[in-house]
Amino acid sequence: MSSVTIDKAAPTRTVKLGSMSRDRKWALRWSYFFLTLFAIFSLLPPIYMLITSLKSSAEISAATNPWWVFHPTLENYVGLLTSNQFLRFFLNSALVSIFVVTITMLISVPAAFALARMRFWGSATLATGVFLTYLIPDSLLFIPLFKVFAQFGDWTGIQLINRWYVLLFIYPTLTVPFCTWIMIGYFASIPKELDEAAIIDGASWFQTLTRIFIPVALPGLIAATIFAFTVSWAQFLYPLVFTTSTDQLVLPVGIITTLIKGDVFNWGQIMTGALLGAAPPLIIYAFLMDYYIAGLTAGATKG
Amino acid sequence: MADVALRKVVKRYDDVEAVRGIDLDIADHEFIVLVGPSGCGKSTTLRMIAGLEDISDGDIMIGGDIVNDVPPKDRDIAMVFQNYALYPHMTVAENMSFGLRLKHYPKAEIKARVTEAARLLDITDLIDRKPKQLSGGQRQRVAMGRAIVRNPKVFLFDEPLSNLDAKLRVQMRIEIKKVHQKVRTTTVYVTHDQVEAMTLADRVVVMNKGRIEQIGTPNELYHRPATRFVAGFIGSPAMNFLPCRLEDVGGTLQIRLTDRIAFALPPARAARYNSLPRTDKLLLGLRPEHLTEAHAHLGPGVETFDTVLDVTEPMGMETLVYFVLEGTPVCGRVDPNAGAKDGAPMRLAMDLNNMHLLNEATGVVL
Repeated sequence: MSSVTIDKAAPTRTVKLGSMSRDRKWALRWSYFFLTLFAIFSLLPPIYMLITSLKSSAEISAATNPWWVFHPTLENYVGLLTSNQFLRFFLNSALVSIFVVTITMLISVPAAFALARMRFWGSATLATGVFLTYLIPDSLLFIPLFKVFAQFGDWTGIQLINRWYVLLFIYPTLTVPFCTWIMIGYFASIPKELDEAAIIDGASWFQTLTRIFIPVALPGLIAATIFAFTVSWAQFLYPLVFTTSTDQLVLPVGIITTLIKGDVFNWGQIMTGALLGAAPPLIIYAFLMDYYIAGLTAGATKG
Repeated sequence: MADVALRKVVKRYDDVEAVRGIDLDIADHEFIVLVGPSGCGKSTTLRMIAGLEDISDGDIMIGGDIVNDVPPKDRDIAMVFQNYALYPHMTVAENMSFGLRLKHYPKAEIKARVTEAARLLDITDLIDRKPKQLSGGQRQRVAMGRAIVRNPKVFLFDEPLSNLDAKLRVQMRIEIKKVHQKVRTTTVYVTHDQVEAMTLADRVVVMNKGRIEQIGTPNELYHRPATRFVAGFIGSPAMNFLPCRLEDVGGTLQIRLTDRIAFALPPARAARYNSLPRTDKLLLGLRPEHLTEAHAHLGPGVETFDTVLDVTEPMGMETLVYFVLEGTPVCGRVDPNAGAKDGAPMRLAMDLNNMHLLNEATGVVL
């Protein structure tokens, strides 16, 4: 029994080399699978719109493959872009959106600053209240709001209904609460010492807001701006209710009311109008995407 | 430059008293450190001097004027925060000049002051960088630069080194001291680190539970603590407290630690403690450096005893030894060559010339 054999065979426990990367590989595969599914799901309608917008009315109503353009034409685009009516809708939409964004920011940024920083009696309750107003759907609000503006017109003689600028009073009921809420969250993530340092440096509340908070919270501000723009650009119910004359209509309502005549649907132009209408938000998103994401994920990590 | 005075300053949050009537006089050019455990009210006191917190009662004076209701910007103070609080979207130069720009100083003067402060703090090369491109120590310098350019009456520091690693902290501590030697602005500095307090301060204010325990120079606090809290808080490792009582044996005053261990007090100490009632429960306060290895030749007032060490911690220049004396854990400091080993018996010497005697019930140093 003098010799000792040392078993040099492989260790009994097999180390799963690269098991981490295998997990990762599968996670990636599933991600791609679902992302592709989602991309198809969400991109099919716009593609269908694009295809249809390139067809003549005759081809649309013909019983051919709806997913292919046999005789491409730009007549729908030319028709819309040379129509004063359509350009008027576009202008109205642009005016409404720009003013609403401006009004929203002018209200919600100082409001958020006050609610997030100037702790005053009831500020926390007020902040929650602001958010709760956002939860009331517009389908519940449009009749009371209509009554309010009708009454206002009766009392003062200032008729706001059926004017595009009535929307400047109405859209902020949707945009201000949400933007205020976003900005409260963003401002709250700014360290308290930053405003204390500014105050000691001699800044007033207003200077603290304009020279420290707004620059530091710029991604959040941009996110809020995009949101306000999207909401006012895409809003359908309120303009449908509050505006009727064709020169007062905004794009989404204008397309529907003027391009559907009775039971005749001018599909080619409807699709073209919808595509053209979707372009401005798309362009804005494309440019500000990084800021938008940074804004919405703010506060998740410090810095 | 100005002196600062606090008169019976109280801060109440609803029904909690965070600061319970503080009196403090800070002389012009003085470097005062407020030190204490968390929740002792030191930061609140600093913030009240800054004007970031209202005071509930009492008066705060800066340069002889009562500033209770003066907003922070008009108090002519500058503050350095623990997390630096640099404006992230501004360069170093813009950060430092922000206060001056708000006050519409001439551009040339702003530039001159920023350049001078940057030179003083050795951050001239960083002047165009953004805070996120700086290391912690550099950010702290910028925060100090922002305070210096304003040339305020008082500097307020709120735990400025707590976010730095140990090595950098030591380095910045020296920097702060150097800066104070140059600019000589009255400074109030808050820290929970007693080493920082001892090394930086002209005078240290030890706070506990919203009250001032003791005000004194670092040496006074170390050698003549007024209370058990101060004695235990200042110094690292902390002072040992051993239950004891006084007794007279054959005309000499003895201190009895245990049934087995009792020592005659040195004459100076005996005279000082002779009037105390012998029945009081007392504590013997002894710093670790006065519990050393026993030498062959003992000076007067040095007594030896034998013990078994629990744990030893070699620190290089010294070895810390931990043992239990009649149920009380005790720490001593011995020479690294004295042969201290974990679990080994050792003869130690107690230097009673440097002892403190405390009343156990009141915590007052007698």
